[in-house]
Formats: sequence, structure tokens, C-alpha cells
Amino acid sequence: MKSSNHIGLLILAAILAALPLVFSNAYYFDVAIRIAMNAVVVMGLNLLVGFAGQISLGHAGFLGIGAYASAVLTTAGWHPLAAMAAGAAIAGMLAVVVARPIFRLKGHYLAMATLGLGIIVAIVISNESAWTGGPDGMPVPALSIAGFEIAGEKRWYALAAGLLLFSTWASLNLIDSPFGRALRALHGSEVASQVVGVDVTRYKLAVFALSAMFASVMGSLTAHYTAFVTPGLAGFFHSVELITMVVVGGMASIFGSIVGAALLTLLPQVLATLEGWETVAFGSILILTMIFLPRGLVPTLAARFGRKA
Amino acid sequence: MLPPLKKGGRGDFSGASIARWLVQPDSEYSMLAQFLQFLFSGVTVGAIYALAALGFTLIYNASHVINFAQGEFIMIGGMLTWAFVDAGLPMPLAVALAIAVAALVGMLVVRLAIEPAKGADVVGLIIITIGVSLVIRGLAQVWLGKETHSVAAFSTSEPIAVLGASLLPQSLWVLGVTGAVVAALWWFFARTILGKAILATAFDSLAARLVGINTRLVLYLSFALSAALGALGGILVAPITMTSYDVGIMLGLKGFVAAVLGGLGSGLGAVVGGIIVGLMEAMAAGYISSAYKDAVPFLLILAILFFLPRGLFGAKVTERV
Repeated sequence: MKSSNHIGLLILAAILAALPLVFSNAYYFDVAIRIAMNAVVVMGLNLLVGFAGQISLGHAGFLGIGAYASAVLTTAGWHPLAAMAAGAAIAGMLAVVVARPIFRLKGHYLAMATLGLGIIVAIVISNESAWTGGPDGMPVPALSIAGFEIAGEKRWYALAAGLLLFSTWASLNLIDSPFGRALRALHGSEVASQVVGVDVTRYKLAVFALSAMFASVMGSLTAHYTAFVTPGLAGFFHSVELITMVVVGGMASIFGSIVGAALLTLLPQVLATLEGWETVAFGSILILTMIFLPRGLVPTLAARFGRKA
Repeated sequence: MLPPLKKGGRGDFSGASIARWLVQPDSEYSMLAQFLQFLFSGVTVGAIYALAALGFTLIYNASHVINFAQGEFIMIGGMLTWAFVDAGLPMPLAVALAIAVAALVGMLVVRLAIEPAKGADVVGLIIITIGVSLVIRGLAQVWLGKETHSVAAFSTSEPIAVLGASLLPQSLWVLGVTGAVVAALWWFFARTILGKAILATAFDSLAARLVGINTRLVLYLSFALSAALGALGGILVAPITMTSYDVGIMLGLKGFVAAVLGGLGSGLGAVVGGIIVGLMEAMAAGYISSAYKDAVPFLLILAILFFLPRGLFGAKVTERV
């Protein structure tokens, strides 16, 4: 790992440790937990968009699979971790089954396929009301592991912050591993990476499955945290929100994912009073970012200050 | 899995049982009527998908942008027609104004979002058009409200009985106008110099510029035309399905499925793709499950990507390295 990444990781750890000292009430904890959870999903998605150069317009579908796997299976008496693992396995397998034929094609067919997949997941969740409660959603049992219940904003914050730190460290390592170098080569030039022996299809498939499983696990945790799930979690708009976070923070930037997630999770809190304008703001941010900061916030700022992110 | 065969019950496909079916005039008649009913609704909604798919195709050909804001043009058509009629304008004027505003919005999209992002790659352009769709939908929600509105049918709303099925006169409007538009588009592209300029740009933008075609004009024209087509579809279907600020998402995505099914870039393919998507959706809703009808186009798109990645009418793609 590069030294700048070590410093970044240390700064992140310091911020995460210091935040509870300045938080005066539960609302701040709630926002911070949501930011951290979104950041982990966005990091996974960023591996796909930023490094493999493929776009997923249905990532919320994978998140929904995890959320509902936890909701349905723990209600049926499963252990929360088993339910979480089942969700991740389903999401990962679905990703492989869908993407396998598609990655052999050139172009952005994955965008279309994931779009379809995400919408189908949302429709299934809405329609199978015997299990999922339909459009009204369903309650989710609390998350308790070996008799230790994760409840209250402090414990959840500790869990979310720990996960964020771990994911950041893992992602940075992944990018610097042979796997990560192959991914970056892929994004640079598929032909060139094929020439030097990178199995393009296999790498794309692996990173897509990985990001789907990231999303599913975080969906499970989100379900336990909010204690209630609705089909909107898997909806197209949520997928668009996740892509927005990737783009604003910066494609192919791990720290950018955290910044993007933080900004766009905070935005609705600020705009909550202006119904409708929230959508306009989201759209405008997407357009303006692509026009003025096509590389995203963090990489652009890093370049301006003379260092590479 | 097939149910076990039972004499005379469901799953009994012996000659005797089929004959018994056929001589029951009542059930045979209603089956036909039912089928016709699904056919009518499928073709009607398919025509709207076809118009949306043509819009996708036009823009894709002119700029290689997959315009995820196409559905919002459909919404603009229906919602503005309602708003103008509500404000006291006569129906024909409201329709004309709604189409004109949509075309204007289409050109604004190019000016404000597509042109400034010169050099953005495919992912970037997809993201920009998603941004555009959010802005249009949000503004419609703020200015025109969240309620669902109905628009009066163009002529009578008294259904016509056809062999036991009922056909809405508005469906005839949808089919008639769509047919006329498709014919007009064919004439435009085959016979006018402007239409040929658009085709030339679609083939090779650089070569088109070299022979003196104003490709910038072509870009604006394509967006205006495709917005107008979408809006027209939205206006035609509004009396049947009602309209609200958020109808654009599903209609647009299904139009996109239709365009991909037809082989993105092919005009004929877009029309055929639209009709197929509409028919499959209506038949699935009628015979399988109405709750899952919205999933049909998306299952279809996965199937296309797996088995027919170039669509039904798409050109063979060769890539230069």
C-alpha cells in the first residue's frame, strides 16, 4: 500500500473515533451510521464502475436481496448470520448467472441487464406479500450474535464504523494486489490487458459478484438496523442514488466513495423540507458533476493539490 | 411440472376432450373474446412503447447516447396536456403546445447537459441522462403536483364491441396516429435531405461533417424529434392509463427494452420491438399473472442479452482496435 493510503486510513480511523465525542444526540449517530453503511455499498460498487469500467443500474436489487433474506429468514427463526450469508450467496450467484453471458459482449450491456434484474427483484418483493409483506414492507428482528444484541445507536455506530474501516483497508489492499492491478489494466485497455494475459471476463465477473455480495451484506445490516424493510430499498431510484454517490465521490477512488456517500446521505437531511426539489437537486448534482468534475470530487481535488489519490 | 393426467380434467389433451371443448360454443366464444381483449390492449400499449423506442433510436443514432430521460418526455406530453386543458385551452391547442414544449425541453437538454459534457464516455453520458430525467421529474412534481390526472378521450369513450371484446376508440387513435407518424418518419428519412443528413451522421459523424452536414443541427433535431415523439405517445395513452409526474420511469424503461429488442439503432426494429413488448406484457397479464406484467419486459431484456445481443434487426457490429 502507498504511504498516502496509510495516512488516509489513519485519518479515517481518527475521524471515526472522534465523531462520538462531538455527537450530542441520537440523530447525529443515526446519520453517521447511514453514511458508513452507504459508504461500504458504494465502495463495492466503485470497484465495479471505477476499476472494471462497468456500470450497474440495479445494485439496489442486490441490497434488497440481502435485506429481505435477513428479514424473511430471521423471522422464520434462522440465525442472523446464516440469513446474512444466505442473502450474500444468492446475490453473488445471481450476479454470476446474469453477468456471465453478458461480459462476453463488448459495450455497456451490463447496464441494461442490471437495470432489468434490479427492477425484477423489486417487483418480486412487492408481489410476494405472503413472505415480504408486499408494498407495505415487513418488520425485521433485532441483530443478536451469540447472545449479544446489537441495539442502540452507540453499538450500531461501533459496528458500522468498524465495518467501514475494515472495508476501506480491504479495498485499498485489493487494489494494490495482483487482482487490483489486473482490474486497473482492464479499465485502461481491455485489449492490452488481454495481450498480457489477463482473463478479462473472469476478472469482471469476480468483481461484479464481489460488489453484489458487498451490497447484499450491507442490505442485511441495514434491515436489522432500521428494523423494517420496504420494497423501495431495492428500487431503481435507490440504484441511481448509489451510482450518484460513486460518481460524485470519484470513480476508482476508495476515499471518494466515503465522501460521495457522506455528501449524498446528508443532502436529503438538508433538503427534507423541500419535497420534489430533492429529486431536482440529485439530478442537477449528477449532471454538474459529470460536466465539471468528470473524475469526481476526491480525485479532482487530489490532482489539484499535486498528489495522486 | 405438468399436472398428472386425469381423464377429462385439466391436462387431458385427448381428442375427445378437445372436441368437447370446441363444441361448447359459449366457452370457445369467450376465449376468443378474451384473446382479442388482450390483443387490443397489447397492441395499444405496444404502440406507445414503439414511439418511445423510436425516440431512443433517433438519439442513439445521432449521438450514441442512450437517453434515459426518454420516459420523461412521455410524462411531459400527458401532464402538460392535462395542465393546459385544465387551464381552459381547447384540446387540440393543448396537445400542440405540449408537444412543442417537449421538443423545446429536448433541445434544452442538449444545450445544457449533453453538449457541455463533450468527451464524456458512455457511462458518463448514461449518468447525465439519468440526471436529466431526475431534474425533469422533480420539476414536474414541484410545478404540476403529485396527483394522478385523467385526460379526456379524443373522441367518444364508448367502447366498440368486436366479437365479444370491447375496443376503446382511443386505442384506434393510438394506432392510427402511431401508424401515420411511422409513415411520416419513413418519408422523412427516405426522401428529405434533412432526414438523409441525420442518417449520414448516424453512419459516420466525422464523414458527415466532412461533406458539409451540420452535425450539431442534427443533434438538436434528433433530441427535439425524439422528445416530440415521446410526448405524442404520452398524450395518446393518457386518456387510457391516466397520467402523473412519475409515469415516465416505467414507460421509458419499457420503451428502452423495445429499442434493444429491435436492435438499438434500427427504426423498423423499434416499432416491431414496441409491439412485441406490448403484446407479451398484455398476454402475460391476461394468462399468467397481472401482478407480474411489469416484470415481463425486463425478463425479455435479459433473454435478449443472453440469446440475441444484437436484437432482432440490429446491424452486425464490427469493432476496430
